[in-house]
Amino acid sequence: MQLLESFSFGLFIWQIVLFIALLLLLKKFAWKPILDAVDEREKSIESALKGAEEAERRMQALQADNEAAKKEAMIERDAIMKEARDTRDDIISDAKTAASEEGVKMIAAAREEIDIQKKAAIADIKTQVASLSLDIAEKVVRQKLSADGSQKELIDTLLNESKLN
Amino acid sequence: MSIPRIIGAGLIVIGVGVGIGRIGGSAMDAIARQPEATNKIQTAMLIAAALIEGIGFAALFATQEVVASTPE
Amino acid sequence: MRLKNFAKALILTILTSPVFAASPSSDHSDSDHNKELHTEHHGEERAETAADRSEFIQHHLQDAHNFVVWDAMHWVIPMPVILIDDGLHMFSSARFGHHEHDTVESKGKHYKKHEGIVYRSDSSGKLIKTDGHHVKPLDLSITKNVMMIIITGLLMLLLFRSLGKSYAKNGGISKGVGRFMEPIVLYIRDEIAIPNIGEKKYRKYLPFLLTIFFFIWFLNLFGLTPLGVNVTGNIAVTAALAVLVFLLTNLTGTKDYWKHIFDPLGDAMPWIAKFWLYLILWPIEILGIFIKPFSLLIRLYANMLAGHTVLMSLIALMYVSATWSWLGDPLALILSFAISLIELLVALLQAYIFTMLAALYFGFASEEHEHHEEAHSH
Repeated sequence: MQLLESFSFGLFIWQIVLFIALLLLLKKFAWKPILDAVDEREKSIESALKGAEEAERRMQALQADNEAAKKEAMIERDAIMKEARDTRDDIISDAKTAASEEGVKMIAAAREEIDIQKKAAIADIKTQVASLSLDIAEKVVRQKLSADGSQKELIDTLLNESKLN
Repeated sequence: MSIPRIIGAGLIVIGVGVGIGRIGGSAMDAIARQPEATNKIQTAMLIAAALIEGIGFAALFATQEVVASTPE
Repeated sequence: MRLKNFAKALILTILTSPVFAASPSSDHSDSDHNKELHTEHHGEERAETAADRSEFIQHHLQDAHNFVVWDAMHWVIPMPVILIDDGLHMFSSARFGHHEHDTVESKGKHYKKHEGIVYRSDSSGKLIKTDGHHVKPLDLSITKNVMMIIITGLLMLLLFRSLGKSYAKNGGISKGVGRFMEPIVLYIRDEIAIPNIGEKKYRKYLPFLLTIFFFIWFLNLFGLTPLGVNVTGNIAVTAALAVLVFLLTNLTGTKDYWKHIFDPLGDAMPWIAKFWLYLILWPIEILGIFIKPFSLLIRLYANMLAGHTVLMSLIALMYVSATWSWLGDPLALILSFAISLIELLVALLQAYIFTMLAALYFGFASEEHEHHEEAHSH
């Protein structure tokens, strides 16, 4: 067999020895640093990606927070506006009721005053009428009667009766 | 090279050709059906083809084993 | 890269021609005279008859003790011959000379080269025979192939060391030539090692896979240069690689790996039934352990050898016939060019297949409880 005849054990041994030497040398000087560097780079890329993701997540959270704050602020603003409007309305209505009450009160007071004045005026008129009628009666009686006490008494009772009316 | 050897080699090549051809054809079909799995199919295809090829070569060597050129 | 390969293929086709063109220009005329002349000179200037061409191709495919850089120009680098034959013999390969009957005397023993193999001979050049076998000393010479292995090794060391160093220098980014190699390194890790061996154990085998891939690939590519080297197409080289794969597979094999080989049925059957089955299964399984690396060595060897043979045969076609040369020469050129391109692909493919299958075998060796988990999940 030519194949076995030409099989070179020398080359076989050289190949094994040289290949193992090459493997060990490459492992130490090439594959280890290369694979380590690649691993490290992959790790750093991964961590960078994770960092970016995290940042985006945080950003989104922040945005959501902002949104919520904005919404809250809007709600608060609306509430404040509403309160203000309410307060304004309250004030106006209060003022209105107060004014109308005051008016009623004033009218009532005025009426009372008028009544009092009226009564006073009526009383005054009564006394004046009494004195006037007394004067008239005195003048009438002086002419017809001389200072007759019984007649004056009669007139007073008459007057009192009229006062009671 | 004697005639039987040539015929033997031819038969081997026919067999290997049919085998690898079938693998290639099936791989094409598979890739057409699932283009996204191209890489996996190609790898499997190459391995299968390599196995057939290896046996084919072994057989070829068996047919072509030239008489030892022993020195005089 | 494509341009580079293209250029390489072109150079290959152009430069390989001079090797054959070594025969004198009077090639096609008075061949009988030339034939006589050529038989005088051994190992050069022959491409005349079919047998000569065939021998020339054989010669190219074989290992050699001296490095013929350019046959036509007689650029031959002699290399040390180291023989172990009851002691160490060392001399220059130039001493073998060009003639068949040249012998070399070293420490009282005579050696002669026949068809590229060193035999022990007597002083007259007759080979010594004992028990019907010629005496072959253990030839540890730095042959052409050993030289190429050393050169490739140094090249790889240089290349990948610089790549490894460039990371630290450039803050984790590769630079220079290694930048081209980095994706390939990553491809082997991500597409070959991890899927076949598994996330946990691939680290242990990765240096071997990387080394063997680039080693085979580079040597395959060197084989396509006109240097005329055929390292990966030498069965001793591929056998050595396969033996390393075999050793690594079986020495790192886990308990499960061996259990898979010797007790694949597990507790599925009583031992008395298993025993009879195993009488058949064991030989197959044990044969399988050896067949796996054997197929590796045959595949690489045969592919590279076949590629070289086809390529050289096509180039030799240009020197076949004068009458048909107007058709044959361009055809041979085009065909050899096309085959060169295919061989470039094959160079990569074979390195890939070898690495891939080695990874697959390592994957078998390092499997752990995989089938048990499968059984549980069902």
